[in-house]
Amino acid sequence: MKIILEKELFDIKTYITNGGYNAIKKALTMTPQSVIDEVKKSNLRGRGGAGFPTGLKWSFIPKDKSQKYVVCNSDESEPGTFKDREIIHKNPHSIIEGMIIAGYAIGATKGYIYIRGEFVREARIIEKTIYEAKESGYLGKNILNSGFDFDITVVRGAGAYICGEETALLESIEGKQGKPRIKPPFPATKGLFSSPTVINNVETLAAVPYIMIMGGEKYSRIGKEKSSGTKLFSVSGPVNKPGVYEIELGLSFKDFLENYLMGMKDGVKLKAVIVGGSSVPVITADEAMKVNLDYESLSQAGTMLGSGGMIIIGDNQCMVEALYILARFYHHESCGQCTPCREGTGWIYKLLSEILSGKCKEKDIDLLYEIAENMMGRTICPLADALSMPVMSFVKKFRNEFDKHIEGSCEICQR
Amino acid sequence: MLGEKIKKNYKSIVEKFEKKESALISLLYEIQKENNYISDGDISELSSLIDMPYSRIKSVLTFYTMFNQKKTGKYHIQVCRNLSCSMSGARNIINFIKENLKINEHEVSDDGLFSYTTVECLGACGSSPVVMINDTYYENMDEKKLRELIDKLRKE
Repeated sequence: MKIILEKELFDIKTYITNGGYNAIKKALTMTPQSVIDEVKKSNLRGRGGAGFPTGLKWSFIPKDKSQKYVVCNSDESEPGTFKDREIIHKNPHSIIEGMIIAGYAIGATKGYIYIRGEFVREARIIEKTIYEAKESGYLGKNILNSGFDFDITVVRGAGAYICGEETALLESIEGKQGKPRIKPPFPATKGLFSSPTVINNVETLAAVPYIMIMGGEKYSRIGKEKSSGTKLFSVSGPVNKPGVYEIELGLSFKDFLENYLMGMKDGVKLKAVIVGGSSVPVITADEAMKVNLDYESLSQAGTMLGSGGMIIIGDNQCMVEALYILARFYHHESCGQCTPCREGTGWIYKLLSEILSGKCKEKDIDLLYEIAENMMGRTICPLADALSMPVMSFVKKFRNEFDKHIEGSCEICQR
Repeated sequence: MLGEKIKKNYKSIVEKFEKKESALISLLYEIQKENNYISDGDISELSSLIDMPYSRIKSVLTFYTMFNQKKTGKYHIQVCRNLSCSMSGARNIINFIKENLKINEHEVSDDGLFSYTTVECLGACGSSPVVMINDTYYENMDEKKLRELIDKLRKE
């Protein structure tokens, strides 16, 4: 079942013909509180990675008359993740409509879309989409004569993965270095320009109009009980049909691989899967064949649904090299304000380059694991954890490949 | 030296935003577009133009990787080398650029046309390997496609 990507609804005319902007019309007849309740009933969880219940997040915003903000996180940068880009290409108005509804629900008159700097084409699409919505009276002053005002500003990032962390993103909108803030205070009480702020991922916001139309109850029955709705998975690696797929949560990985991705490429055997973006623990092929793609099943298997950025790894890829690439990334992207992350990611990266070139001893593999363990949970934001989790799971599950590098006998790297 | 365009347009860029500070990244992009890179002199001029401390602008400029502090080629190539692109041949793309354009990372080719840098995840992993030339993505790249593209850009 597809909801967000069911059809290509690129321009406002097609969007409206297919029921677009009916959700905001419906929401405007309801009280803001009942809009929040409807989203709560849907059990929609944040699609950016953390999976926090969306309705609950909205309900944390103080109910007073002060300035509030809705921020759309479109800083999609987690390796393996490219689903939001697909929504911007195929159904951009759903994001705008979702933001307007969120604004109405929490009493905000201003929204920001923060989009990663490299998405130049996508930023243009969003600007065009906002223009179309304004022209048709869905954005701006006194929307559909309801007395409700809402406007959206687009802010472009400039190449910093850390800005996907919500408070770093707020710092970046404020024209500063994107360094995560210490919490509390949480953005719901002190966010953008020190005002209460809701930050939602593109995919989360795009689901909101559909929830308003079908009703929260009905949406909650799609997928699994605690993992309701559809989720976009962006798949890369040696499969026959990589790309973005919207599926009902709860589908088995085996079914997904065989019937959607059309299996592995000829001559390549599945070795491992990173299910939800590069920061989640890796699982082996055997483990992957037993999991279902939903929050609970993946957490029982010791990993996470994350952003749905699925990286398939074949038997022709050395796991030490794969981890080395990820470590290089996190080391490069660490903002540097917390010592365990700044030093830890660098140390791990250095150790891995040495292991990769066979310059290490066996005890260095244990050291690698130990550093990762010590970084976990000791920093302001989860970037340190985002490298710790892959390191610990790669070492635990593919120790033999690390040992081979120490011995200088990795068949894959020597090919 | 700031170009004429930015001197003329900076006010309208600042006005698009609720707070002046939010316009900083946009202003830096505009300077880079006009001057190819952002020099210390540009920062000083911008600092007095928008009344924001030099140190504040420099701290932002150096934090974000998309701002160039050195001259780049007319066509600046960013090659993704993260996991998905690496699995589908990013190394071949990098080697091809080095050999064909005779440049190392951060160098500009003798004719001033090309420079390249490796980057981490451009967010288009399903059609890897991916390269970005100036503002445009080129997906599912291989050496043949890149050769054709470079030849085309040379003639422009």
